[in-house]
Order: sequence, then C-alpha cells, then structure tokens
Amino acid sequence: MRNIFLFIRRYFNFVFFVVLQIAALYILFHYNKFHEAVFSGVANELTGNIGGKYTNVTYYFHLKKTNDDLAKENEELRNKLLANFERPDTTQKIVQDTIPYDTLGHYRKYLYRSARVVNNSVSLPNNTFTINRGENEGIHKNMGVISPTGVAGVVINTSNNYAVVMSLLHRQTKISASLKKTGETGKVLWDGTSPLYVTLKDIPKSAQVVKGDSVVTSPYASHFPPGLLIGTVMDIVDDKTSSFYTLRLKPATNFFNVQFVMVVENLLKDEQAKLEEETNKINQ
Amino acid sequence: MSDLVRNTIRFVLFILVQYYVLFQIRPLHQFVVPYVYFLYVLWLPFSMGRMSLLLVSFVFGLTLDYFTQTPGLHAAACTLIAYVRGFVVNILIPQEGAEQNYKSPSPVSMGWAPYAVYVLVLTLVHHIYLVFLEWLQFGSFLFFLGKVLATTGISLMLILITELLFFRKEKFRTNTA
Repeated sequence: MRNIFLFIRRYFNFVFFVVLQIAALYILFHYNKFHEAVFSGVANELTGNIGGKYTNVTYYFHLKKTNDDLAKENEELRNKLLANFERPDTTQKIVQDTIPYDTLGHYRKYLYRSARVVNNSVSLPNNTFTINRGENEGIHKNMGVISPTGVAGVVINTSNNYAVVMSLLHRQTKISASLKKTGETGKVLWDGTSPLYVTLKDIPKSAQVVKGDSVVTSPYASHFPPGLLIGTVMDIVDDKTSSFYTLRLKPATNFFNVQFVMVVENLLKDEQAKLEEETNKINQ
Repeated sequence: MSDLVRNTIRFVLFILVQYYVLFQIRPLHQFVVPYVYFLYVLWLPFSMGRMSLLLVSFVFGLTLDYFTQTPGLHAAACTLIAYVRGFVVNILIPQEGAEQNYKSPSPVSMGWAPYAVYVLVLTLVHHIYLVFLEWLQFGSFLFFLGKVLATTGISLMLILITELLFFRKEKFRTNTA
C-alpha cells in the first residue's frame, strides 16, 4: 500500500496529465457521438453574448445586402403564403379548440420564426452558427433553419436564449433533396473539403442532369417545407462503378455572410413520426 | 505588471484573436488552418509548477473549445504540449540556471536557435495530436499528413510575425537584486 502511494507521489505530474487527457477526450467523443453538450448550456450563453457584440459591428457593414435579401424574401413569401397550410378534406371536420387552426379550417403545418446569426464558422471541419433565439422563444432541437436565399441548416443544441445550428457545412448534415426539374430524390451531404461546395448523392443515372439545375428540399424532408432551394449543380461526377451520380452543388446560402435566418417548425412532425413508429411496431 | 495580470490579459487576447480574427479568415485550402493560440502555453513563465502549467493549459484549451463547439479537442492538445514543454525546455536550455535568470521562454532567454527548435517541436506535437484527433473521425492518411505539415508551416510563420511584432523584453535577473 505504501509503495502505491509512493508511486503516485513520484509520478503525480504524469498521473495528473493522464487524468486531464482522459477528461478532454471523454468530453470530445461523448459530445460528437450524441450531439449532447456536456457543458454547452452555460457555454452558449457566454460565447453567444460575446458573439452578439462582435456581430453588432460586422452587421453594420452588411446592412445594404441584408436589406436587399429581406425585400426579395418578402416578395417571395407573399406569393407563397398559401403553401404553408395543408387543406384537409372539408367534408369531414373535427372540432378542436386549439390555436393551430385558422378560421378557414386550414391546418398550419409550418411556423416560421426569424432570428439573427450571432456567431458563425466556415473554416472548421464541422461548421455551426449560433442564433439569438432559444428555448424561451420556442426553438427546439431538430428544427430546420433557412436563410433568405435557401436552406441553411438544422438546430442541434439550445439554451434559454440561444441555439446552435449545424450548417450545411457540417459532416453530419444529411438533408433529403430532389432535382427541381425531374423530381429524383437523393441526399445532400458535405465531404468537408471546401466550404464552397456541398455534395448531392444517390441520384440515379436515369435522371437527366445538366449543370445549373436547381436542387430543392424533397417532400420527404421532415425539417423543411418541400421546394426550398438548396443549391445549384456545379459539377457532375460520373462514377463508372456506380449507377448513381455524385453531384457537386453550390449552396444557395452564402455561409460567409449569413445574417438573418428563419427557423422552421413543422407542427405536424411529431404526429407523423408517432404514426410511423406505431406502424413499424405492428409490422415487426 | 505582475505575471498574473500579464498572463490573464494574454489569455483573453489569444482566445479572441484566434477565434474572431484567425478563424474568420476565409479558408485558403482545407489543409491550411491558421493556429497561433497555443503560443500562450509556450510563453508561460519558467517558474510555474508542472501541475499549474497543466491546469492552466487545460482551461485555456477548453475556453477556445467553448467558442468552436468542439469540447475537449483543443484542451487535449494544449495539455499535451504543456506536459511535453518541461522536457523540451530542460534539454534546450543553453546554460545552467537560465530558467532562474529569465522569466519565460523567449529568443533572448534561450537564444534564437534553441528557441526556434523549442517552438518547432511543440508546434509539431500540438498539430500532430490535434489533427490526429480529427483524423479519428474522418479523413485519409494523406489528409492527416498534409494538414499537419501545412498547418505547422502557417503556424510557424504566424509565430515568427508575432515574435517580431511583440518583442518581449527579458530582464536578466540575479539573486543579488
């Protein structure tokens, strides 16, 4: 026993070093695996505050561009307004005393909340940005986030007043997408090489793709309303060993200067997920 | 200015510069990430105990991790160089007792050549470990090798610029004074 204590005292520095290493590695791998932040509840508040002050400065320089984007988006939204509602069969009606109804009996499916980006990264292997809305303002994990020009990312972590969004430039991004022209569905990923491009996979070679085609969110994407622009095709990689194309897309959102975003909440997502889960249970 | 105040200011400045200046630069290439923040660990005084050195480096790395949303990544690398630092200094210190006569590692206290080796070794160790941790999650061997070399190159350049811009005056201290 005495020898053990002597050993520990003699190599105390090394033991302490190993303990710190294990602590660091534990947080690192635990965090990446579950997307759970061991400490980011508090950390988000702190770094979000500093980030907010920093963006206040850079915000000023982008005012003109931001205004243009907002005006364009407003115009687009006004044309689209009806698309946010799902119209059920009007011959049968269930009376329900909740707010998601509007007076015409339309279900609201998507709810948009605007937010400002207070912190942003593009040069890391996994890029995220922070927005100034959190749980208090109704932001939860797994909500979609769009910018004035297209899809931006998905919320992965929230605190009371801030939320962290993994942008398209994140290795764990996977968004169901389809070609606007012909409707083939695949998934959008990022391979981590260049922040100027994202990758679209699983498009069958039967599809007729040309450079410049638009890629939009597919009807199966649960975080986003269908038909939102993700990017345009820049490059077609024809892999002879596969019957699928790998397409390089230029993202519609400019992640280098994104200032304002909208968080999209799919109000019917839980209902859909629950139904599918129950069905899976029966099938097993 | 006391050592404590000076190092606290450096702590804040290094973190802010690393995150709000260097990480905001548009990436030149996927291999090139401008890192300079770990210079803080290299500049810590000789007189610090091994344990406090490790602890300060751990907290320093963790603070940067708060900003980059990668908890533990930089903290692990910083603790490693803080541990290795002691051995490297012992080997490279030119004459007996230099660590008592000067406050902290610098070109003046160690001499240009040993100081350059000191920076080179610790930068390499830092980047190899950091990129290795990234490589565990993705990437090929070429990615690992390329990123370590390119990032080390850019870091050494940034450190040289920092040393020239912020020349630290090192007073020779004797027991008599």
